[in-house]
Amino acid sequence: MSKFKKKNTEGTPAISTASLPDIVFMLLFFFMTATTMKDTDLKIENTLPKANQTAKLHKKEYVMYIYAGKPSERYRATLGGSDRIQLADKMASPADIRNFIITERAQRNSEDEKYLTASLKIDRNVKMGLVSAIKLELRKIEQLKVNYTTAKGNPVE
Amino acid sequence: MGKKRGAPPEVNAGSMADIAFLLLIFFLVTTTIGVDQGINRLLPRYEENPPVPPINERNILTVLVNKDNQLLVEEKLVDLKDLRQTAIDFLENNGKGTCTYCNGKKDPNSSDGPDDAVISLNNDGQTTYETYIAVQNELVAAYNFLRDRECKKRYGMTFTEMEYIYNDPASKATEGLVEDLEPKVKKIQELFPMRLSEAEPKK
Repeated sequence: MSKFKKKNTEGTPAISTASLPDIVFMLLFFFMTATTMKDTDLKIENTLPKANQTAKLHKKEYVMYIYAGKPSERYRATLGGSDRIQLADKMASPADIRNFIITERAQRNSEDEKYLTASLKIDRNVKMGLVSAIKLELRKIEQLKVNYTTAKGNPVE
Repeated sequence: MGKKRGAPPEVNAGSMADIAFLLLIFFLVTTTIGVDQGINRLLPRYEENPPVPPINERNILTVLVNKDNQLLVEEKLVDLKDLRQTAIDFLENNGKGTCTYCNGKKDPNSSDGPDDAVISLNNDGQTTYETYIAVQNELVAAYNFLRDRECKKRYGMTFTEMEYIYNDPASKATEGLVEDLEPKVKKIQELFPMRLSEAEPKK
């Protein structure tokens, strides 16, 4: 009303929050792109070998994973430095594969059983002795469909 | 005029959400969750004392990988690069001359035909998995090359594609698809049967 209105001196003006969504979304995107889906916590090194004659694995429901490799740096003190097998979250010996497969099979309905594939995620530096032990166990329990899971690339270099 | 003095004019943030959603959708579309790939193999059934079928020496291609990851084919040192071609030549050699779809050299000292040809793979317990996969990859490549060639000629589609569709559980949903592909897949597998035998590695 008055021509000489007092300047607003009490309190600071409110900070604009209009840019807040930007910041939040930026963070969201950062995490979206940086996150890789992982369902098992690997305690071993797992650099897959390269191959190019590959086929895609079918849906996750039909796949079970068997990992093998050297325990990674931080677990080396407790697990030792030689090649080990990891099933789900546990370290295992070849003899444990049998029970692992029986439980995995029980979790699926019997109709899907024939599609069930064992994906072997084995580090490229693992020696064939261990791989053969895994394969022998798989054959004994009649899990004959396997997939040597690999990274994309040409092995001949 | 006088009312607004002191506070800066407000930026219109109404379109902010639209921009953010645009970006969100962009990332949603472009992000792919890594699909696992690998070499599919069917392991042989376990038997206490596996029977040894009588196979003529010339029908076996012996591939041996020693503990230093060196490759020996028929006791000769071979480079990994040349393994694929060696295997292809061996598989479609057609020594008997009965294979009408082979382009082989008909060498009497190599395999009789794809029906009889066996590739025997031997590993040492100290061979690394990387080398093993490289060798497997090359041998599978040799079979794939021959099967794809034949499948393309007969059905106008590569065998690799056909087999993937055939084995995909999702194909069950399409009426008659699996039934249609089955004889074709079986036929190609029959023309070039994958006879890749693996011996237990020596400790």
